[in-house]
Amino acid sequence: MNVAIECQQLTKRFGERTAVNQLTLTVPKGSIYGFLGPNGSGKSTTIRMLCGLMTPTTGSGTVLGYDVMTQSEEIKQRIGYMSQKFSLYEDLTVEENLDFYAGVYQLGAAERKQRKAELIEMAGLTGREKQLAGSLSGGWKQRLALSCALLHKPELLILDEPTAGVDPVSRRIFWDVIHELAKQGITVLVTTHYMDEAQTCDWIGFIFFGNLLAEGTPGELIERMEANNLEDVFIELVRREEARQAAEGGAR
Amino acid sequence: MKRFVWERYWSVVKKEVIQIKRDRPSLAIALVMPLMLLFLFGYAVNTDVSDIKMAVWNQSPSAASRELVEQFVHTEIFQATASVSGYRELEAMLDEGTVDVGLVIGPDYTRKKDRGEPAHIQLLINGSDPNIARTAMSNAQLIVQHQAIALQEKNLQKQGLGELQLPLELDTRVLFNPNMESIVFNIPGLIGLIMQNVTMILTAFSLVREKERGTMEQLVVTPIRPLELMLGKITPYVGVGLFSFCLVLLVGTAWFGVPVKGSIGLLVALSVLFLVTTLLLGIFISTVAKTQLQAMQMAFALILPSVLLSGFMFPRDSMPVVIQWLGGLVPLTYFLEILRGIFLKGVGAEALWKDIVGMGAFSLLILAVAIGRFRKKIE
Repeated sequence: MNVAIECQQLTKRFGERTAVNQLTLTVPKGSIYGFLGPNGSGKSTTIRMLCGLMTPTTGSGTVLGYDVMTQSEEIKQRIGYMSQKFSLYEDLTVEENLDFYAGVYQLGAAERKQRKAELIEMAGLTGREKQLAGSLSGGWKQRLALSCALLHKPELLILDEPTAGVDPVSRRIFWDVIHELAKQGITVLVTTHYMDEAQTCDWIGFIFFGNLLAEGTPGELIERMEANNLEDVFIELVRREEARQAAEGGAR
Repeated sequence: MKRFVWERYWSVVKKEVIQIKRDRPSLAIALVMPLMLLFLFGYAVNTDVSDIKMAVWNQSPSAASRELVEQFVHTEIFQATASVSGYRELEAMLDEGTVDVGLVIGPDYTRKKDRGEPAHIQLLINGSDPNIARTAMSNAQLIVQHQAIALQEKNLQKQGLGELQLPLELDTRVLFNPNMESIVFNIPGLIGLIMQNVTMILTAFSLVREKERGTMEQLVVTPIRPLELMLGKITPYVGVGLFSFCLVLLVGTAWFGVPVKGSIGLLVALSVLFLVTTLLLGIFISTVAKTQLQAMQMAFALILPSVLLSGFMFPRDSMPVVIQWLGGLVPLTYFLEILRGIFLKGVGAEALWKDIVGMGAFSLLILAVAIGRFRKKIE
């Protein structure tokens, strides 16, 4: 099985509003899948459904072979997740945060020590172990969050706008880590607004108003849309979709 | 996947302990507030009626009438604060509330008494507080009855008939609280009431705070189980609550002089059960509330029923059955019986088993409901 995420017709409605509309997508194992779309397009909702944080209204999907409807606990054991907003404990130190999640993921004493050392090193947090997480700057916080999400060696890493509001240096370090992880065979699903980041993904999906508008490798998409770069693809897709919806609305 | 994992539970405990230690002001409140509340309410909650203010209209001033007034004041139930010379004046004072009772001795009191004829005296009572009114009335009746018997005895002796033998006498013995001091009854109840409301708030915030700060989102994508999370969260607070309980217990016994007649060990052991129950109730609030403000409001909404339905203020036996059932939803109801039983009567677990089982069952129920309500979802 070479598929990490597969979903068909995944739909999430909040009352009258449809946040995600019949989304079908496939993320191959070991790839970096960039999930693009304007704010409020349904990216976070999709991600939350895949993590088991939300139950889809209709549709079906599997993550690492487990059903998103019924096996969310099995999924949670095997994925690493980082939300848009910093969601670790600001009143705990870097090390205490790592210790807490190591305990929650049931890492043994030896493994815990080893993973902590590895991840602190990887995130460049050496020397900051005793610092309160709340006193870290944005870029450091994100790297700490990533470390916590990686403690239990997940097969799939799901990142929701991990680099929003982060300085370019931290951004670069962050993406170096992501590429390094992909080389180790970890699948990464990541949402972003930065086209330079999207450019380095293996696969790209464009989502708008809850609909998946285009999917492919960055090269394919640029070629197909006859655009110069991904940013043009993005803007063109949004413009077309808005025009189409306006026409539909007018016809109605 | 469904089993309870001690390691995850223990991680939550360690995390909570660190967070409690870092949040010094909240910890200080949890430890000091019960003490302050007990000092404050220990003096305020007193249902003993004494020193009822009495106006006297003595229309027949004499040694005999003054002796009668003396008898009233002597009991310390009444306190002669004013002397009036007419109904109008007396009624005005009752209206204003400067006195609660008025003693009226008629102009023929001394004359009738000297002749050995039956005399009448009148007592006007402000009945707006039935408790004061009842105390005033029954005590006045006793005083007058006592005085009447004494007079009768004297009259009979004068006629040479010797000692008066009453045909019927009641011997009473008050158990557990022989002086019938309300403080002995109220301090144990207060300890329970204060501990319930302080500890409930501690955990009422806990899950909501994680929701508000966004840390819940990270927590619910881990394999942690709701039971591990909830028990992990209450465990450190059982320690905090127990420490606080012991402080309050010390003040209750040493400062207010209310001794514990029964086993202190049993009292402390059952207080742990009580703390767990109230902390679970707090957790339940935390699963219902969406914000810390809501949690606070819900915790406060529970205070009044705790005071009124638990038997703290009013005896539960005289409440309608439905209201008694509602009282069963307040952990204090069970703990009050336990506190008063051990404090006052010195009874053991065998006399309290109903309340122990009731409280245990209630804590399991509330835990089950809280777990049922807790969703590892963000919606």
